[in-house]
Amino acid sequence: MHSILKTSLAALVAAGVATTATADSHALSGELRIISDMSNPAPRAVMEKLAADFDAMHDDLTVELTIVDREAWKTQIRNALGANPPDVVNWYAATRMTPYVDAGLFMDISDLWAEPEFEALSSTKGAMTLDGKQWGVPYTYYQWGVYYRKDIFEELGLTEPATWEEELANCQAIIDSGRKCYTIGSKFLWTAGGWFDYINSRTNGYDFHIQLANGEIEWTDDRVKQTFANWRQLIDMGAFIEDHQSYSWQEAMPFMVDGEATAYLMGNFSVAAFRDGGLTDDQLDFYQFPTINPDVAPAEDAPTDTFHIASGAQNVEAAKEFLRFVTSADVQSEINGGDALGQLPVNANASVSDDKFIQEGFEMLSNNASGGIMQFFDRDFPAEMASVGMEGLQEFMVFPDNLDDILARMEEARQRIYQ
Amino acid sequence: MSSVTTNGTRAERGWYKRNEIAITPWLFLAPAMFFFAIYVIIPIGQSFWISFHQWDGLGEATWVGTANYERLLGIGEQNMDRKFEVSFWNNLKWLVLYLLAIPMGLFISLFLNQTVTGIRLYKSLFFFPFVISQVVVGLVFSWFYLPNDGLFDQITGLVGIDIKGGMLGNPNTATYGIIAAGLWPQTAYCMILYLTGLNAVDPEQVEAARLDGAKGHKMLWYVILPQLKPATFIAFVVTIIGALRSFDLISVMTNGGPFGSTRVLSFYMFEESLSEFGFRMGYGAAIAVVLFFIMLFFIVYFLWSMYQDEKGGR
Repeated sequence: MHSILKTSLAALVAAGVATTATADSHALSGELRIISDMSNPAPRAVMEKLAADFDAMHDDLTVELTIVDREAWKTQIRNALGANPPDVVNWYAATRMTPYVDAGLFMDISDLWAEPEFEALSSTKGAMTLDGKQWGVPYTYYQWGVYYRKDIFEELGLTEPATWEEELANCQAIIDSGRKCYTIGSKFLWTAGGWFDYINSRTNGYDFHIQLANGEIEWTDDRVKQTFANWRQLIDMGAFIEDHQSYSWQEAMPFMVDGEATAYLMGNFSVAAFRDGGLTDDQLDFYQFPTINPDVAPAEDAPTDTFHIASGAQNVEAAKEFLRFVTSADVQSEINGGDALGQLPVNANASVSDDKFIQEGFEMLSNNASGGIMQFFDRDFPAEMASVGMEGLQEFMVFPDNLDDILARMEEARQRIYQ
Repeated sequence: MSSVTTNGTRAERGWYKRNEIAITPWLFLAPAMFFFAIYVIIPIGQSFWISFHQWDGLGEATWVGTANYERLLGIGEQNMDRKFEVSFWNNLKWLVLYLLAIPMGLFISLFLNQTVTGIRLYKSLFFFPFVISQVVVGLVFSWFYLPNDGLFDQITGLVGIDIKGGMLGNPNTATYGIIAAGLWPQTAYCMILYLTGLNAVDPEQVEAARLDGAKGHKMLWYVILPQLKPATFIAFVVTIIGALRSFDLISVMTNGGPFGSTRVLSFYMFEESLSEFGFRMGYGAAIAVVLFFIMLFFIVYFLWSMYQDEKGGR
């Protein structure tokens, strides 16, 4: 009883404050509830600071932040958005938004994107657009590419490969020296998705890749088979570490740290783990995935993480203001800095951290990704296709002879999923 | 005078008093029945209902009739869902191999059923795996099975066997690897059931059998085991149910992989409807219904044999 009285009193007060607030222009009030999935130590600190700063900027507003484990959030978001939803949530760009957009759980914020300040975010607008409307804002993204052991390359007299022939020649030299070219841990499947993204887009181009993701092309198409044939060249020469289906991506890391494998196709978040593992910047370097078909422009994986407003949000004004705050140039520079997220800012006016890898990634994505930006296999393909697909990719990497069977299965899934 | 009063009170007795004997059991049963209905019976009905729909768990559900079942079982022009097939056979493997826990538990309990100094400590050590969480068991075993560095791989290496991909990385061995991990705590469970059963074995019967010259396995088979029948029954029930609800070990050790070769029905259901990429509530519910019928087969058998026992006891 006591608590009911208290809450209704609080509601009354809040309502009172709200009316006064609207009176003096746009001062925000009430409570802003945010659920974030930034649960790893560094992102968590960033998110907590964001919430605290936003809270401090608005006297009448209380920011209530809940941080959920990043993996758990992938399934919890459904329940969270269903009943008594928070105002702002974290999620991912591109097709990964579809189920929530279709179910009407994300709020259409096209009006926000129409504001002049959002011009600076135009590079990511496509990834936030479904059905011609925008459903959220990005706050960070990061490049993918090949992280390699520079010292081993120097020892073997190798240079960063730019073409597929150089790549194969490099790899042969590495294998001849008793090492593996690439480490990978495919237990949780998605790492194999990265390989497919790159080989397919380098072989057939970005447009083809996206058409495939949209279900417009059959998996049994000869062009898809060509992708797998290229991939198989590496598999057959023994480029990948053995037993990778038993490892997570972190468990595959020691192979490169110990020098048993020389490179890793990964996202930039791996750099922190490499450094923790004891590799110095003299030993670790980065190159863009080599060209396979010279006729197609290079496309890059650069997954974008996002904020969305729930359609059942109670405090829409505050939520929108928070999205403006997060994407503003200053905040973007700050949260993506080397001592914070260590990734790329989405706002064109923000400054990029001077970390070697972030700089290199920024350079690559700005000047050498004319094909387009892919979000990643499990974000570009619909959920079901992604799960069937990645399982097939993993099987292909272990038993390449099963390819026809795998493709038939994926094609069967495609016909069912996109109908 | 007094008889009049009695008559008077009898006439005045309320409705409840008159029906007390008939009603009271129902009153005692009511809370349990209420919650059983809310948490078990109604959800079962809802699962059946959802299994006739196509639903992503978020938006509107569309009625599709038996389409989910047709797809699952491959009725009509389509093939049987291969993932379902794999899961089903894996479930059978679990059912059969998990039963090994019963003889192993019996053996250990016979071995431990003696009076030696510190026997309580030995018993609790044997019981230990049942106490620790399945997740921990799975984690420990997945380290044990690690390719190259794992203890298991090194032991098999000594005798010249090399499993390609490691125990859990090879689709042919992975399920057996997980079942072996599951047997560890399950054996401990059966052992404790048998240990309590052995306490109830009638020493006079053992004595009499001994006088008649019974010993060794004959003693075990004809004298001890029949008296352990209740324990065997319970061990059988918990093992079958344990095998059918195997989920946590699979989730921890292989996550259904490699290439989905270690899925069982419960895991497949979870994957289709509740996991990161699962948005097929209707399809998941259809799998759950199939699993329900498999379980029902055993449940009916258990209930029937308990009913027979009751009848025999009367």
